[in-house]
Amino acid sequence: MENFLTQTLVYLGAAVISVPIAKRLGLGSVLGYLIAGVIIGPFALGLVGEQADVMKFAEFGVVILLFLIGLEVQPSMLWDMRKAIFGLGGAQVLGTASAIALASLALGLPWQTAMAVGLVLAMSSTAIVLQTLDEKGLRQGPVGRAAFGVLLLQDLAVIPMFALLPLLATGAVVHAEAGGGHGGSLVSHLPIWAQTLSVFAAVAGVIGGGRYLVRPLFRFIAKARLREIFVAAALLIVVAVASLMQVVGLSPALGAFLAGVVLAESEFRRELESDIEPFRGLLLGLFFITVGAGVDLPLVARQPLVLAGVVIGLMTLKFLVMFGIARLFGAPKRGAMAVATALAQGGEFAFVLLSFTVGAGVIGAQLAALLTAAVAVSMALTPVAMILYERVAALMDAAIPDVVPDTGDFDEGEPDIIIAGFGRFGQITGRLLAANGFKSTVLDSDIEQIELLQRFGRRVHYGDATRLDLLRAAGAERARMLIVALDDREKTVELVETARKAFPDLVILARAWDRRHAYDLLSNGADAVERETFESALALGTTALQKLGFRAHRAHRASAFFRRHDRRVFEELRPMWGQEEAYILASRDAAKTMDRLLDADLHRMRPGDAGGAWDTASLDEELRERAQQEGTS
Amino acid sequence: MSDASTGRVTPSTPGVLLVLAHPALERSRANRALAKAAKGLSGVTFKDLYETYPDFVVDIETEQAALVKHDVIALQFPLYWYSTPALMKEWLDLVWLHGFAYGEDGEALKGKRLFVACTTGASAKAYHMHGYNRFSMDEFLRPLEQTAHLCGMEWETPFVVHGASVKDDAALKAEAERYKARVASLLPKSVEA
Repeated sequence: MENFLTQTLVYLGAAVISVPIAKRLGLGSVLGYLIAGVIIGPFALGLVGEQADVMKFAEFGVVILLFLIGLEVQPSMLWDMRKAIFGLGGAQVLGTASAIALASLALGLPWQTAMAVGLVLAMSSTAIVLQTLDEKGLRQGPVGRAAFGVLLLQDLAVIPMFALLPLLATGAVVHAEAGGGHGGSLVSHLPIWAQTLSVFAAVAGVIGGGRYLVRPLFRFIAKARLREIFVAAALLIVVAVASLMQVVGLSPALGAFLAGVVLAESEFRRELESDIEPFRGLLLGLFFITVGAGVDLPLVARQPLVLAGVVIGLMTLKFLVMFGIARLFGAPKRGAMAVATALAQGGEFAFVLLSFTVGAGVIGAQLAALLTAAVAVSMALTPVAMILYERVAALMDAAIPDVVPDTGDFDEGEPDIIIAGFGRFGQITGRLLAANGFKSTVLDSDIEQIELLQRFGRRVHYGDATRLDLLRAAGAERARMLIVALDDREKTVELVETARKAFPDLVILARAWDRRHAYDLLSNGADAVERETFESALALGTTALQKLGFRAHRAHRASAFFRRHDRRVFEELRPMWGQEEAYILASRDAAKTMDRLLDADLHRMRPGDAGGAWDTASLDEELRERAQQEGTS
Repeated sequence: MSDASTGRVTPSTPGVLLVLAHPALERSRANRALAKAAKGLSGVTFKDLYETYPDFVVDIETEQAALVKHDVIALQFPLYWYSTPALMKEWLDLVWLHGFAYGEDGEALKGKRLFVACTTGASAKAYHMHGYNRFSMDEFLRPLEQTAHLCGMEWETPFVVHGASVKDDAALKAEAERYKARVASLLPKSVEA
């Protein structure tokens, strides 16, 4: 326990100190984590011990990352991306593997080893690429999509690689199943057909489970209204899928991605996203630290030139091959450069595959150690390479004003309006807006309500709208308006206050409980409010007047006058709000005004009168006088 | 609701009260262009009736105060069934009352000027003895002319844009400029500058 706390202290401390510094220096968070790792690693300060366990734990960050990405990808989008995945991705893996294999062959390695090295180093780092692209704001555009397609295929390619690599063995097979999580599956002793079958069964299980099991489970949990259990359930799903994939020998990250895609269309998507997001960040940070700590500094010190040569050769080769392929697939020069730079490092799969190949007797331990260090250094250099790319791109921009068009993103399109609370109040407002062609995203924390609405085909998301991260996930940054229609006084004020601070340009309309609540909301930043019972009470009053014998038009006008008066008083009293005594005095005065007005109305609109505005009494009198004059003259 | 009806012009600088009535201004090219051209003039108070009173419940006191405050009352509207749109008629019915606008004690508008700006779908040719509308615009606007007379107001020559829906952008722009100049000419010299 004590050891655990110390370790946690070291990791967290290193991250907290180095990441903000790296960010400030413009190096990006990934490089910050990596540097922190190198510093606390066994070869520098030696503050942390055995990396293998931490590494395995940290790799879970990649799994979560893929799950989150899956949540953003609707199945139809995946189909649209087939060219990027199979075309671009396939070409990248084959092209890069061949190029590296040829280079290795030229350096004097036997062909089997050369091929293995090529395959292993063709992989790129999902975690580093996506994090870096995210930071540069490139992930949603065409560059991000191309990179993502390639990474996805690499994940797929790992599966046959585990089958293929042992066939390249040159030396004695030490132990073919030494590859840890990825190669050593529980089903590997089964015949090939059974293995294939189990893979299909697992994938079908994830899809079927996601469709028919997870949603009722979440609904059940949501009814309990315990947020931490919801978080636990979300993590449970990711862990369960990852374990299942490991059992059948698939990449856990790939499984998590699949689970994400299956859940992308569920109403819990936003909530899942914002619940799991913090874990992703922390675990990925941990992952980067372990990569940094894994850099074998003595090896670097012993063979600095060899290592530098391998790293530079690796990155240059990967860059050139990817750049060529991207250009062949029609990417503009800048976009191709960005993708190629982003994918130029070795990936975390390389670590796993390298230890696996050593076990399988394909690559010698010496070479594996060198390559492991090279991959780690190349990962660390990726943020630097991206900075370099930006410099070059800026120079290119200065030369030719060529703008890469950004064609959409993964999402279904930003909503015009976010409606928080879709109960008795919100749904009327929401229906009116939808009927007039406005797109809205609905957030509600009542699961029964959500189920009902889904039966009518509405897009509703589960979640507590007072949470800023959920608002953000719902698109509050780009939405035009937020309508707060929650059935909870305090939460309404809280949400208005939070949203006003975070999104100064958003138009915020709120449902108010009563007059005081309305003032409260206005002073917390709502642009307009509506007292929830006011209009309906007025409407009932109008009906009452009609039933009491008023003609419809007169009843309508009576209530319209009443509304106008009340709204004026509401505005007049607003400056007094907060000064209790002044408010009470002024509202007493307003009550008097109301009395006077009601008196006047009563006088003017007495039943049997000609009635209010169309009072022709004075004209009639004048006309009578005139008739008399005409008669007498 | 009362925000839109409070004028920018103070009692000491009386100008033009420009009252617009169009139930679907978002679809009207002509009336939007005309209003846009004229409402920016200093000395002009602009009032969009359908925006101010979407429920037709006209505020009599506010409207009467605005009328009193201005020297020139300008009514801008598309001709509907040879008359004003419904809300402008409602506004006249409710605000131009006996004892205020006309009658023995009704002298609030006396000496002011009434100016009508009107758009029509049909071409100028239709508003003629031999056209399909059979009467001239002057004849169709008689009720308003007589309203001015009964209230002791001067009747300004109306400003009419014919064939408003078939005019192209350039033609509309020219009409808007002509309108702006006309409204400006109604302003007292001190305000116009």
